[in-house]
Order: sequence, then C-alpha cells, then structure tokens
Amino acid sequence: MKLTLKIWRQPDAASKGAMHTYEVDEVTGDMSFLEMLDVLNEQLNVKGEDPVAFDSDCREGICGTCGLMINGQAHGPEVTTTCQLHMRSFNDGDEIVIEPWRSDAFPVIKDLVVDRGAFDRIIQAGGFISVNTGSAPEAHSVPVPREDATRAFDAATCIGCGACVAACPNGSAVLFMGAKITHLGELPQGQPERDDRVVSMVAQHDHEGFGGCTNIGECVAACPKEIPFDVISRLNWDLHQAMRHGH
Amino acid sequence: MTDMPDTTLTPEPSHDAPGAHGDDAVGYYRPGDPVADAKAPDGPVADRWNTRKFEARLVNPSNRRKLDVIIIGTGLAGGAAAATLGEAGYNVKSFCYQDSPRRAHSIAAQGGINAAKNYKEDGDSVYRLFYDTVKGGDYRSRESNVYRLSEVSANIIDQCVAQGVPFAREYGGLLDNRSFGGVQVSRTFYARGQTGQQLLIGAYQAMERQVAAGTVEQYTRHEMLELIVADGRARGIIARDMVTGEIQTHLADVVVLASGGYGNVFYLSTNAMGSNVTASWRAHRKGAYFANPCYTQIHPTCIPVSGAHQSKLTLMSESLRNDGRIWVPKNKADCDKDPRTIPEEDRDYYLERIYPSFGNLVPRDIASRGAKNVCDEGRGVGPEVDGVRRGVYLDFKDSIGRLGEDAVREKYGNLFDMYLRITGENPYEVPMRIYPAVHYTMGGLWVDYDLQSSIPGLFVAGEANFSDHGANRLGASALMQGLADGYFVLPQTIRDYLADGPFEKIAEDHPSVVEAKKSVEDRVAHFLSTNGTRSVDSYHRELGNIMWEYCGMERTADGLKKAIDLIRSLREDFWRNVKVLGTADSLNQSLEKAGRVADFFELGELMCIDALNRRESCGGHFRAESQTEDGEALRHDDHFAYVAAWEFAGDGELPVLHKEDLVYTAIEMKQRSYK
Repeated sequence: MKLTLKIWRQPDAASKGAMHTYEVDEVTGDMSFLEMLDVLNEQLNVKGEDPVAFDSDCREGICGTCGLMINGQAHGPEVTTTCQLHMRSFNDGDEIVIEPWRSDAFPVIKDLVVDRGAFDRIIQAGGFISVNTGSAPEAHSVPVPREDATRAFDAATCIGCGACVAACPNGSAVLFMGAKITHLGELPQGQPERDDRVVSMVAQHDHEGFGGCTNIGECVAACPKEIPFDVISRLNWDLHQAMRHGH
Repeated sequence: MTDMPDTTLTPEPSHDAPGAHGDDAVGYYRPGDPVADAKAPDGPVADRWNTRKFEARLVNPSNRRKLDVIIIGTGLAGGAAAATLGEAGYNVKSFCYQDSPRRAHSIAAQGGINAAKNYKEDGDSVYRLFYDTVKGGDYRSRESNVYRLSEVSANIIDQCVAQGVPFAREYGGLLDNRSFGGVQVSRTFYARGQTGQQLLIGAYQAMERQVAAGTVEQYTRHEMLELIVADGRARGIIARDMVTGEIQTHLADVVVLASGGYGNVFYLSTNAMGSNVTASWRAHRKGAYFANPCYTQIHPTCIPVSGAHQSKLTLMSESLRNDGRIWVPKNKADCDKDPRTIPEEDRDYYLERIYPSFGNLVPRDIASRGAKNVCDEGRGVGPEVDGVRRGVYLDFKDSIGRLGEDAVREKYGNLFDMYLRITGENPYEVPMRIYPAVHYTMGGLWVDYDLQSSIPGLFVAGEANFSDHGANRLGASALMQGLADGYFVLPQTIRDYLADGPFEKIAEDHPSVVEAKKSVEDRVAHFLSTNGTRSVDSYHRELGNIMWEYCGMERTADGLKKAIDLIRSLREDFWRNVKVLGTADSLNQSLEKAGRVADFFELGELMCIDALNRRESCGGHFRAESQTEDGEALRHDDHFAYVAAWEFAGDGELPVLHKEDLVYTAIEMKQRSYK
C-alpha cells in the first residue's frame, strides 16, 4: 500500500517544530508501524535527508520505550503499543498524522522523541518498598492472598510508556501513579510506607507539571496494558487516608 | 583514521593439516599462555563461596563514600548491583542508553526464574540445580561459579518478594512454582508470562530509591564508547550524551559492565533494537579477554520473518511444542498452498519421523536444526524472503480436536493472541508458522570467580560475562544469574578490590584519558565525514545474514572461513562507504548505530574464529564435522574441555587464544542422549 505521512519534525528542544509530509510506498500489512517508519528512514537516508527520530527498543510491547500519537490517538487505533501495531490496521491511500506524546511534562527532545524523566522522578519519590539487599525474610514467612497478588500483578503490568498522559486532556499521570500505588499497596510488604508513598508521589507528580484528574477515562482507553480505571480510586483513597493520618 | 581496523589480514600458512589435531583455526589465531581463575578457594565446592566471602577484605563504611563505582547497564545485573552498592554507601554512577533504567531488555524475559527452594519437596536441592545447570551447559561452564549461582538462588526469591514482586501464588497464599525446560523438579518461580518485567521493575525501584537517597546518580540516554585503563587498572569510561552529543569523561575507582549479550550481531534476534556489544568490545580491545564468543542460543519457536523490512524477531514460549505438531509439506509444490488443504499423507511430521521417542519435544538445538534442514531443502512455508521460505508449521488441529478449543485457549491463549496480532493469522484455524531465532549469548567477557575481568578493576556481570551457562543456558536461568550477580555476588567480591582504594586520582589530561577521548571523537568524526552511499542498517543486515548463514545453527570449517572473508571485506567497505547523516551535537540515531555495527563486525569475526577452533559440537555450538551417526551433537572432552579466552592483540594482528581448563571435582562429565 501507499501512504501519506504527516510527521512532526523538530530538530531539538529549543527549535520550533512543524509538520512535514512524506510519501511512503510498498508498505505491507505484515510490517509493524515502526518498521514502516524504518522504510521511510531508509528512503530519507538515500535522499540525504535526516531520518525521523523516534524511540523504540524491545519492539515486542513490553519495554514501554515506543509511543506515538497516530491520527490523534496514543499508540494508534488498536489497544496495544506502537511497536505491536501493524500496518494491516490501515488502508492503501491513507493519510496518517504522526506526532510525539503531547504533554508539558514530556518535553520534545527531537522529532518524535520525548523526555519521560518525570516518571523516574515520581518513582524516586516513593514508588518502592524500602528493603536493603540481604535483609529480606524467607519468602514464605508472609503469605499473600492469591486475589491480592493477582490485583497487585494487574497493576504492576504498567510499562511506563506515557500513553495515559498523552491521551489525557489534562495531561495527568494519575493512571501511571495509581498503578504503582495499587501494585505496592495490595501487598503486605507495601503497608509500612503506604501513607508516605502516596503523599510523596502525588507531590512530585504535581511538581513535574502533570495536570489533575477529572475522571475522563481517556487514559484507560489508551493504555496498551489495560490498567483498570479503579487504580485511580485507589490512589485517591490512599491519599485521603494519609491526610486523615495527619500527613 | 586512527581507529580504522586493518582488514588486509591474510591467514598465516598452515603447518598442520587442518583438523589433524582439531586445529581448524590454524592461521587465524596465535596460541597464548593458559589462563586460570585464581580467586575461587580450594576445598569442597560447597564451601568455596563462604570461604571467599570471608576472605574478601572489607571496606570500612566511612571509606565507602570515598569510592566511586561506574556501572554500565541497568538490567537485572546492573540495576541490582547499583541498588545494592548504593545501599552499602558507595558512590555509584549508573549509565544506560535507554531513556529510563526500567527499559533494559531483561524486561522481555517471559518464563520464570529458577531457585533451589525445594518448596514442592520434590527432591530439589542446591546440588541438583548445580548439577542440572552444568549438565545443561554441556560441561563447558566453571564448576565453582555455577555452584555459587545455585547457592544464592534462594536468596533472590526472598529479596524479590520483599520488594513487592508479584509472583504467582497458590490459594493458600504461598508461592507457586512450575517445572520448566524439561527439568524434573518444580523450581521455576514466575509472574504470568512477564517474569522478567516484574523482576526488573523490582530492581529498578530499588535503584531509584538509591537515586533519591543520593548514593546513585543515573545517566540515561548515555552510551559508553570507551574504557579508560590507566596504570593497569580500569579507571573510568568515555560516554556520549545521546541528546546533546557531548563526549564526557567519567572517572572512578572501579568499572562494572552489565551491558547484556551480543545476539544483535545476527541483526535479527529476539534482543531489543538497541542491545549491543560496544561496552564489552571496547573493554576487550583494552585488554579484557572475550570468552567462548561462539556460544549462542537459538530458540526454535519464534515467529518467522515476514519480509525484508523485518527489524526484530519475537519469541513464543516453547511450551507450545507440548501440544502442537510440527510439519512441512512433503512436496515443494505444496509449500504455497493453504495448509488446511494438504492431506495427511502429503505432510512430513519430520521431528516425529526422525526422533520417534521424543518427537516434537526434542531439545531446542535439534528442533532448530530440523527446521533449518527442511527449509534448506526448499520445503519451508510462509512468505518467500530473499527467495527462500523460512518457516515450518506448528499445528494445533489435533490438540483442539482432542482437548477442545477452550482447553487450548486456557493454556496458550495469550500466545495465540500475540501470534494473531503479529501475523494477522488465527492459529485456532490455520497452523502457526515458526522458525528459530537467536535468543541469548552464553559467551561474554572472561571473568574470574570474583567476576573480575582480565583488566584489574573491570568487573562484568549478567549476560555480559561468560561463566555460568557453559555452552547452553537452561530455561529460567538467565534471570537467576543476572540477579545473583547483581544482588549477591558482585557486591561481595568487589569490596576485596576496593579495599585497596581509593586509588590515586587521575586527571582529565592523563594520557590514557586523552587517548580514550580522542579515539571516540575520531570515530564520531569519521562516520559523519565518510558520506558514502549505504545506510548503517543495510550493512548490519548483511552482516547478520553472513552470521546466520555460516555461524548460526550449524557451522562447518569451510563455511566459517568463508564467513570470515565475507566479514572482512564487508567491514572494509563499511568504513569507506557508510552514510551517516546529521550532526555530532544532537540526537543522532544513525550515528549511534554506526558505532555499534562497527564493533559487531569485529565481534562477528572473532565468533567465527572461535567456532572454527572449536571442532566439536557442544550445547548451542554445532559443528557439522562433529556429530554422531544419528545427527546428534558430539563433544570432544579430550580436546575441548576448556574455556577459550581470546585476547585482542591489535588491529591487523591475530587474536591470542588463552585456554582455561575446566576441572570438575563434584560432577562427572557425561555425553547427552535423546534415544
């Protein structure tokens, strides 16, 4: 198939960006979306034009590195990561608009590559259980009800790609943050730091410039790992409890 | 260009008839002195780790903050080491090329992590895990290291549970285990099919906690491009800030490489796009021996290549072989037909035919070579890529008939969904197509029992080192080794080295620093000024094809020699004719790839030389000249029970082979059999 691509090009963080139009030919349905961009880049290289910069690494949907706004949707029309989106989801002659994640908290580095360092800093604020290497008790000393472990796992499958932020009209990262709060809060090991964790993470989230949550739900629709909406309720509940405990 | 390798090398004339002493590689290398591990204590294998931990000197807590540690890579080994050394109070600088430490490719491991917990009371023990690992490695790993790995495996599970890793649990709330990779005990802990992800997030969170505590400084989107060796010690790195292009000098008392494996030398593999050998290779060029580079693991059940655009391969759990039947058409004319229309009598269930007792459950390497052979005969299926169909059917029709679609969905639903997403074909209706792919590299930088390389002050952990898996790695053991090295081994052994520190400060104008920095700058300048006609990717793809064809599932002396010639001429062309656009002072992904591919060329040649030298078949290394009448791998313990540790002798010089004899005191060497 033959496609028209409208791609955001921006040489670096300081420069102004603009949409550029490219034609790409001989695209097959078996190509992933990123392989289609590889083909474009090979063409650009031959012509002596700077290839389009975009992030990807594992290309099997688990590392969370890739992520593009495709026709206005984070990761495109399917519920999956950009690397697992295949061109059979498009038709010959389609025009596809490709932009980087849109959020003040994720500044553009170049073209379609953004800086998601804010996510690391939110985890640094409290997204962990404080246990030094070697000081752990025997694993079977604390049983965990299977349902709790399952819920913790479901939340822990978040890949930190940032689609939730890109999809949110407010640019909020509460789905990402709620997933971590839920993952650790469901487990007995996560209880001692539960209040501190939520308070510190939320403070960092706001400090980074992410917006507030108004329960729109775009984040859940865009999430390639289908993190459930109720992790946000869990976050709010934990924050409320922490306040009551005097934080 | 100073760094441009001399590719005009020709083999020295052979004095022996090739193969006479198993020395096919005469003329491609120089023999060197033997090498030995001097760190493992004597005595019973079960006592060595405790003895070593006691003998390794301590560093006073107040001195630790004066000691600087550089760690390259943030996967299970690097992330765990950064967290643990940070907790201990050292000054850690952690580097990764990704935008966050959480992206390291450990994240993609699916199956599980082994540990000798014996929770099932099914006869497992530290010794049994040790025994299985040595045997699985086809008696080409180092006994002391493997025993220690088994010993610390149980601590890993405790640590991860305490961090909040959500392992699968039974209804009573205790941890579940499964049996994995053909072993007879249940010792594999798992978190659905995302065990690597969950363990990595655990290590990442522990590391981020230390970032917040100020003991670990993280450098994301930074790539190590050179090792600084001053006065005989590893003292730092030259790194490129991939966003600004700045070439930076980072100095330290010790350097740890945990930069992963080198499967991407094959271009197509299950590795991440960015996985590369550069950190290890630059260290190799500075004096670190590279051990057993030819040992690569090829996984039989991956989704086949769909066209020339293919950028990576995706693995599917080999548990699929429990219920799927593997076949190809008997007649080439049927290869492009709808498989459902091909009658039973025209199908060749070749594994069931050749190995009637094991059938579709033969070991990975036999299953992989079987697929290659039928495709080489022209009976492969699926799309033609470069004129050959490379795929075989994995058919669930009989299982669905026997068990029902629901039962099959229950067992394999997530894998079938993944297959459907990637190929667009529904495996409940049409047979899956599979083909082998490169998955893991057992070879790596040579290390002693302390995980220290042949350069003092350079330690190597995880897939980047060579020591624990021998010639083949067991399923669910990669995660175990990465975390064992990072949490429990390296932090204990590195202190013995650091007890002599802090070392005398070196300045940025030290000749070793200046030389290292200049070589990086020259290389960057060379790539950007070459202005040739071919993209980096096109060279990488061609190198990968050579490696896959001649140094892949089956290797021969003639093929390997041919590959070496092809690699040398392609490399020469690469340095003259590569086209890298853009600038040095910004994000430039072509430039990043150019440096990595340049190192893959040199590694690829050494892999072929190593494979040529090792005229035996063992584990993942199959030499066609060394097989039984039934086509099974044939080891030659009399000639090859050694680690091949290669020394870089300079551009245009033959690599030097140092042999480390493998001595087993606690285990008897046996030949495997699937009859």
